[in-house]
Amino acid sequence: MTATGWTDQLARARLHVVTGKGGTGKTTAAAALAVALATRRPGHRVLLVEIEGRQGIAQLFDTAPLPYAEQRIAAAPGGGEVYALAVDAEAALLEYLAMFYNLGFAGHALRRMGAVEFATTLAPGLRDVLFTGKLKETVGRTDANGRHRYDAVVLDAPPTGRIVKFLDVTRAMVDLAKVGPIRGQSEGVAKLLHSGDTAVHLVTLLEEMPVRETLDAVAELDAADLRPGAVLVNRIRPARLPADAVAVAATGGLDQAEIGADLKQAGLALAEDTLGDLVTETVEHATRVRAELRARGHLADADLPSLDLPELTDGVDVAGLYELAEAMTEQGVR
Amino acid sequence: MSRPYRPPSVDVDALLDDPATKVVVCCGSGGVGKTTTAAALAVRAAERGRRTVVLTIDPARRLAQSLGLRELGNQPKPVRVAGFTPKGELSAMMLDMRRTFDDMVVNTAGPGRADQILANPFYRTISTSFSGTQEYMAMEKLGQLAATGEWDLIVVDTPPSRSALDFLDAPQRLSTVLDGRVIRMLSAPARASGLGIRKLVGAGFGLFTKAVSTIIGGQLLQDASAFVQAFDSMFGGFRERATATYRLLRSPGTAFLVVATPEPDALREASYFVERLAAEQMPLAGLVVNRTHPVLADLPAGRALATADELDRAGTAPLASAVLRVHADRVTVATREKRLLARFTKAHPSVAVVGVPALPADVHDLGGLREIAMRLAGV
Repeated sequence: MTATGWTDQLARARLHVVTGKGGTGKTTAAAALAVALATRRPGHRVLLVEIEGRQGIAQLFDTAPLPYAEQRIAAAPGGGEVYALAVDAEAALLEYLAMFYNLGFAGHALRRMGAVEFATTLAPGLRDVLFTGKLKETVGRTDANGRHRYDAVVLDAPPTGRIVKFLDVTRAMVDLAKVGPIRGQSEGVAKLLHSGDTAVHLVTLLEEMPVRETLDAVAELDAADLRPGAVLVNRIRPARLPADAVAVAATGGLDQAEIGADLKQAGLALAEDTLGDLVTETVEHATRVRAELRARGHLADADLPSLDLPELTDGVDVAGLYELAEAMTEQGVR
Repeated sequence: MSRPYRPPSVDVDALLDDPATKVVVCCGSGGVGKTTTAAALAVRAAERGRRTVVLTIDPARRLAQSLGLRELGNQPKPVRVAGFTPKGELSAMMLDMRRTFDDMVVNTAGPGRADQILANPFYRTISTSFSGTQEYMAMEKLGQLAATGEWDLIVVDTPPSRSALDFLDAPQRLSTVLDGRVIRMLSAPARASGLGIRKLVGAGFGLFTKAVSTIIGGQLLQDASAFVQAFDSMFGGFRERATATYRLLRSPGTAFLVVATPEPDALREASYFVERLAAEQMPLAGLVVNRTHPVLADLPAGRALATADELDRAGTAPLASAVLRVHADRVTVATREKRLLARFTKAHPSVAVVGVPALPADVHDLGGLREIAMRLAGV
């Protein structure tokens, strides 16, 4: 399987949920996707949302910690703007309650007492209800002319292990609250998350465990009638060896003497030790490339569109984000 | 050229061999290889003659299999794998969070009351899906293992939380919930005396209670209230145990190894954790940096690339050229890793560091663990 790009269906989605195993670069991929979706689209607004209080977005964009307010965080190449929002569970709860009750002064006092944190900690799904509710609000919000405030919303979501529980939490709420405004609200959220407006993208590396988790998550999403979007294959490293040399090298079949002679011919005479070390490095590289090819083969089972994201040699910084966003638009993200 | 500052290195073998070392805790953010590190250390300690047990939290299936663990067993089981004949002993277990909690309730509350608690729906929620329970139970299990006195050395893996600090903070959070003051307030605000809360927030509180019970379900709140009443009498014992384990973590027989990978996020988490351990006066043995890519061949990258370009122009030796480019890539990666690590070391110059070069493939047998252990020990 090679990168197969972005489909029309994905181009129509308005809520992009980005999940992945821990350590695969989920936050980075989500941020790059937000920039890519705004690229070369003057007047476009994309909102990037994080929910677990780690301020990963602020660190990526090298800005001060985000408050619980939407603020412009970056301009995409060729017009388009990226906004960011760090949802705070406590503030979201008070906001949520205010939709149904007039709490007045009590809200503030309860917050100070820690009762709000307590309530959100007590019911494991409550935080998720609040987060998904807030997401729906940002996706659905319109201005006076009926135009959507945001053309797309990108969520740095919980990891693959928790993603279905997270997205499906409102279904449980629908069962819990039999009638009333909360039921109505929950139904609305569930409808959005299960519709074609939402795509759940999976970030992975070409390694065994992340690929397995990705495939498991795809099956779980399918079973829950949620829509897997694209697989974002992160940290792709350049393949240096000629394809036919990979298997030979990985199984220790490199001819050190021949390589040494070729290098000497080119004016690079190396000590036998150094030459041996070079060969060892190449064997390790080949072993990894083989494992990556196997991982690609397994990923193909998911039968989803996929994007390749190159490894950033200098590490992730703002320039690197734009580089990843560029790679995404080149592969059809729009 | 000024020599770069080199941090002290972790002498893993000395740490494992020291009879005074009773507990080694591997902590760090998710996905950095904590479980593998813990398992590898335990294998090495056993081979070096200590009676060792490793407590893993959520091992990947193949890693569990490499220790001969096929299923969740809440008690340590001797590791019996062909070709593994350690001088000492090695047992391994996976934490069963629910069962540990159940056992604790039964032991503390006595049979009658325990049944009442175990049947409570709120207890079921807390014992399986509360975000701090896994951390709390890992601590509880560590306390139990230490109390048996059967082991020279206990190696502990920590739960795969987002933040390494959760391991230290979660028990406190759970404890706050179980303490029950807030539940009592929510379920019977009129009787919350002494704090004057009702007076302070007035009618709004009733609304809040109503709102919360609408959202999380009135039934859940009632269950919570019943649970807290049943739990009240054993709460003291509960907290005492947690305090005892906490004391164990602070004792000189305990060594924390903070695990990271050479990535900015993982090292940032490691930094937080190191600072926190210092603040809590908990004994830090050092930082393990997993999956590094040190350069093997002594050849400047520029020279390698120039020669590769020349070979490509001639077009006669594609393989030799590829070998040089692989090397240049490796130099780039190693340079970045060193730079990231230098940043950590600058902030924490006294923290000992050990780098563990990446294995080209995943670990799935004891041989792989042994290889990791050798890299940890620097041999």
